[in-house]
Amino acid sequence: MSLVEKQSFDDVAFRVSEAHAGDYIALLKPRVMSLVVFTAFVGLVTAQAQINPFIACFAIIAIAVGAGASGALNMWYDADIDAIMSRTHKRPVPSGRVLPGEALVFGLVLSGFSVLALGLIANWLAAGLLAFTIFFYAVIYTMWLKRWTPQNIVIGGAAGAFPPMVGWAAATGDISLYSVLQFMIIFLWTPPHFWALALFRSGDYERAGIPMMPNVAGEASTKRQIFAYAVLVAITGVLPTVAGYAGYAYGILATALGAGFVWYSWKVLLMPESDRGMKPAKALFGYSLLYLFAIFTALLADSILADFGVAW
Amino acid sequence: MVTAVSKDRIELTDKQKKARRNRSVALGLALTAFVVVVYIVTIVKMGPNVFNRPL
Repeated sequence: MSLVEKQSFDDVAFRVSEAHAGDYIALLKPRVMSLVVFTAFVGLVTAQAQINPFIACFAIIAIAVGAGASGALNMWYDADIDAIMSRTHKRPVPSGRVLPGEALVFGLVLSGFSVLALGLIANWLAAGLLAFTIFFYAVIYTMWLKRWTPQNIVIGGAAGAFPPMVGWAAATGDISLYSVLQFMIIFLWTPPHFWALALFRSGDYERAGIPMMPNVAGEASTKRQIFAYAVLVAITGVLPTVAGYAGYAYGILATALGAGFVWYSWKVLLMPESDRGMKPAKALFGYSLLYLFAIFTALLADSILADFGVAW
Repeated sequence: MVTAVSKDRIELTDKQKKARRNRSVALGLALTAFVVVVYIVTIVKMGPNVFNRPL
């Protein structure tokens, strides 16, 4: 008799999956993906290059799948800490619906397919940037920075900031200052966005042993850093107009949105340590999402209007 | 989990069968979409040159 026959059929190796397609879609982090699709689309449109609509559409899909693949790899690696945090414990891997190995293979296969597809559909610069984005998120951020330094989301934020550059590169085959500015807006937006979340979820992160800024440097220091980054985001948001890429209407809107960001961050800065409801931090978190959506919508509108000869 | 093990094969539960069918349908749709994408991209990129090849 072989040893194999003595194993229990309840072992993980013998488990038959009960995962539905929806569980695999959840591995792709659809909400993050929607932001990636939107910002990549803005990058692609603002490039104002002549591109076939089918090619543009499929390039965006390839970027979305690549972003989703990096999300699956993140969920494979982080299953242990996801199981501890209330925000993430229902994800497919920690809840047992998808096995870690399945998530890993799913992520790797989709990574390969998305990069190759983008290279063949658009160009290899865009594919290279997408591959780097996946590598940066899955390896640099997830495997290295996240559990090691409170600067995790500052540096790791680059992964979320690349999509407009990838979209731009897909349309033009190059990198320009304008696409770098779009990158910078998301890059500088990420720390105040996630630190606002980390303030009112600090217990979660502490239990999971993730060195988020509030747990390591304290709430007071985190609030000061949130405010500093909010000022930087507000300034960077206006730079497309200053550099001559976007019109004055965009510049005025970006100034107003940036002022709002600074104001919400100021409220967080003034929030007393005794305030455990942390309404200002929750409000900043909500506003930050609105800010990014609004600023990229404004860039998109500016570009489309310019196409019709309307430059404000 | 596996509910029943017959002499030489595993019997899947109804839930497992349903999940497998759901995954199979999704995989089929994804592969079909991929084929359509490759077809359209080929036509868009090559146009009439698709037929321009040495025989």
